[in-house]
Amino acid sequence: MKQEFIITIYSENHIGLLNRITINFTRRKINIESLTVSASAIKGVSKFTIVVNETADRVRKVVGQLEKVVDVLKAFYHTNDEMVFQEIALYKVQTDTLYDSDQVERMVRKAGARILEITREYTVIEKTGHKEETQELFDELNQFGVLQFIRSGRVAITRDPIERLSEFLKERDNLLSQID
Amino acid sequence: MATKRITGSEAVILSLLEEGVDTIFGYPGGAIMPVYDALYDYDKKVTHILTRHEQGAVHAAEGYAKVTGKAGVCFATSGPGATNLITGIADAMIDSIPLVCITGQVASPLLGTDAFQESDVVGISMPITKWNYQVTNAEEIPEAIAKAFYIAQSGRPGPVLLDISKDAQFQELEFEYKKCTKIRSYIPEQPVDPFKIKEAAELIDQAKKPLLLFGQGIIIAQAEDELKAFIEKTGIPAAWTLLGLSALPTDHPLNVGMLGMHGNYGPNVKTNEADLIIAVGMRFDDRVTGKVSSYAKKAKVVHLEVDPAEIDKIIKTDVAVLGNAKKSLAMLINNVKDNKHDDWVAEFRECDKVEREKVINKDVHPEKEGLTMGEAVRIASEKTQHNAILVTDVGQQQMIASRYFKFTQSKSNVTSGGLGTMGYAIPAALGAQLGAKDRTVCCFVGDGGFQMTLQELGTIVQNKLPVKIILLNNNFLGMVRQWQQLFFEKRYSFTELQNPDFITIGKGFGMAGHKVTKREELSDGIQKMIDHDGPYLLEVVVEKEDNVFPMVPTGASVSDIILEVK
Ligand SMILES: Cc1ncc(C[n+]2csc(CCOP(=O)(O)OP(=O)(O)O)c2C)c(N)n1
Repeated sequence: MKQEFIITIYSENHIGLLNRITINFTRRKINIESLTVSASAIKGVSKFTIVVNETADRVRKVVGQLEKVVDVLKAFYHTNDEMVFQEIALYKVQTDTLYDSDQVERMVRKAGARILEITREYTVIEKTGHKEETQELFDELNQFGVLQFIRSGRVAITRDPIERLSEFLKERDNLLSQID
Repeated sequence: MATKRITGSEAVILSLLEEGVDTIFGYPGGAIMPVYDALYDYDKKVTHILTRHEQGAVHAAEGYAKVTGKAGVCFATSGPGATNLITGIADAMIDSIPLVCITGQVASPLLGTDAFQESDVVGISMPITKWNYQVTNAEEIPEAIAKAFYIAQSGRPGPVLLDISKDAQFQELEFEYKKCTKIRSYIPEQPVDPFKIKEAAELIDQAKKPLLLFGQGIIIAQAEDELKAFIEKTGIPAAWTLLGLSALPTDHPLNVGMLGMHGNYGPNVKTNEADLIIAVGMRFDDRVTGKVSSYAKKAKVVHLEVDPAEIDKIIKTDVAVLGNAKKSLAMLINNVKDNKHDDWVAEFRECDKVEREKVINKDVHPEKEGLTMGEAVRIASEKTQHNAILVTDVGQQQMIASRYFKFTQSKSNVTSGGLGTMGYAIPAALGAQLGAKDRTVCCFVGDGGFQMTLQELGTIVQNKLPVKIILLNNNFLGMVRQWQQLFFEKRYSFTELQNPDFITIGKGFGMAGHKVTKREELSDGIQKMIDHDGPYLLEVVVEKEDNVFPMVPTGASVSDIILEVK
């Protein structure tokens, strides 16, 4: 059965690596629902967070292939339950809508969103949350017309009490020291 | 080591020499001219083989790699030169062949401008290389080449590609070479887990009907002796995949033959009776397994494999032993009991008898008038004392040769397995000959495949490589015709060829040869070919509509293998 999985990849920060990673999905006709790449806490190591909707078996196999990519240090996969995750969304609305009634302001408060910038013409609202939550706010605000809307890829952190990456890096150093 | 200032292109050559490269296959052009210019001064230290097409260069490098176990090296220019390598790189990727391909690229300021002969070869080759990298600065060259060889040859081998911009080839650098021995993000092989060895040994000791399946992993890990010792200690029959061929001598009493679609009757049928499958250095390709859902259902599965991604990819394992097959087999030997499975092995021999009667005798000792591929293969093998290197193209001749050619030593089979690349044989044969100069190379090719890369006859003649080419001419794209006969009601859609006079073509290239059409001439013809001092083209005109049997039809279970059609 297909479900959402979060794939986390730690890699060297090298040119072309994004392509090397995504072709593994393309080749198996797995759609990437969202993708975020940025520097991790470890110097020189990038972290990819990729969300897919797939069967556990296919996800396990693609992660196995990702680990074979020479510049990939480690890849993990988790279900949504196993991770704390967020996305961020930005909404641009006409500033007039805030003056005409207090409805927009109430929506922003209720959703725990915040206002980033107000000009005469437009107001930018920011909300972090799961996709359903950012979508809900979009639907509400859109009654008054949303001029622009953007949602980020997912960022996620495991619920594991142990940091698997540091465990893994220790193991890896051990393995590397065995190569003569 | 003292450093000296040299150009990037000289650094390419010196780095290759540091890696012990003695042979390069290639084809020059604008973007790689500086490297070729540097090569001019090193012709005493390294042999460069100018092929007639870059596809020839890359298949030759594959053939060289297969018989030596070392990385094959090839050069090509940017754009069309680089794209002509692609088929061979894909072939090497799927068959785990170590290659280092070096392509020239337009000067770095021109990257992305649609410059003359610019193509994004790093992008194009990404899905079919183990690693690739674009060098735009001469300083990077030694390190990039060191990394390329390390990655290509370690763990599960594969092709790598370095794309070097022309300006980097001209720039100067302080040359200093250090071999690469580790990369932070890359673990080529896992250490063998002794606990897994114990678990595997337990299953092996308990099994009543164990069957070992080996693939190319044995040859790559140089685990031939361990394989032999293991089966001799446990008495377990061993069957091979197409790429595992030659790792175990053909006449070994526990060698029970080839697996898969056109493999032997015994190992296919018995796979579904076995209570334990021990798979070593093989990946359960669909041509081996047939219908997966009914594959080896009575068996527990032990998988010895260097690539973790192969575990449970197709067939679920009970015990997976990661790591190098030489090490894991050596450890297994120490953990298993001495055993015998004579009755079980005898069952395979019963199957052999059936297969011999129904298929083999008719193939290798035919009584009908027309010549068969099987008899040509049998005689060539006999006349080379089963000591030759076999190179095959793709199609019927490949299957027949793999079935009937015999082997006494490893690294003697050169074929395109995973990709099934027609046109592979002639260039691969010349590469194999360069990698094993004192051995006889017998190259079997069909009339279709011959015409895909026949330009390399020129390379063979120019370099005086004594390759023996046996063209099995059935005037058809035989394997496709066979499928049309069996599964498409004999609708021979575009498989019959109007062929040229092959011997005249060979003569045009300066290659000796002759054509055999009758049984009386066959044995002498093959002898003449072998005795000839130099390359030789022997055309054997065989029956037009012979088929390869046994056969596991696509979608059928291995035990539903058919021996003949009425
Ligand atoms: C490059 C390429 N194109 C097409 C095929 C499909 N194909 C597989 S076998 C075959 C027929 C080969 O004919 P021939 O070379 O005459 O050999 P035979 O089967 O007769 O021994 C074809 C066309 C292939 N394997 N490779």
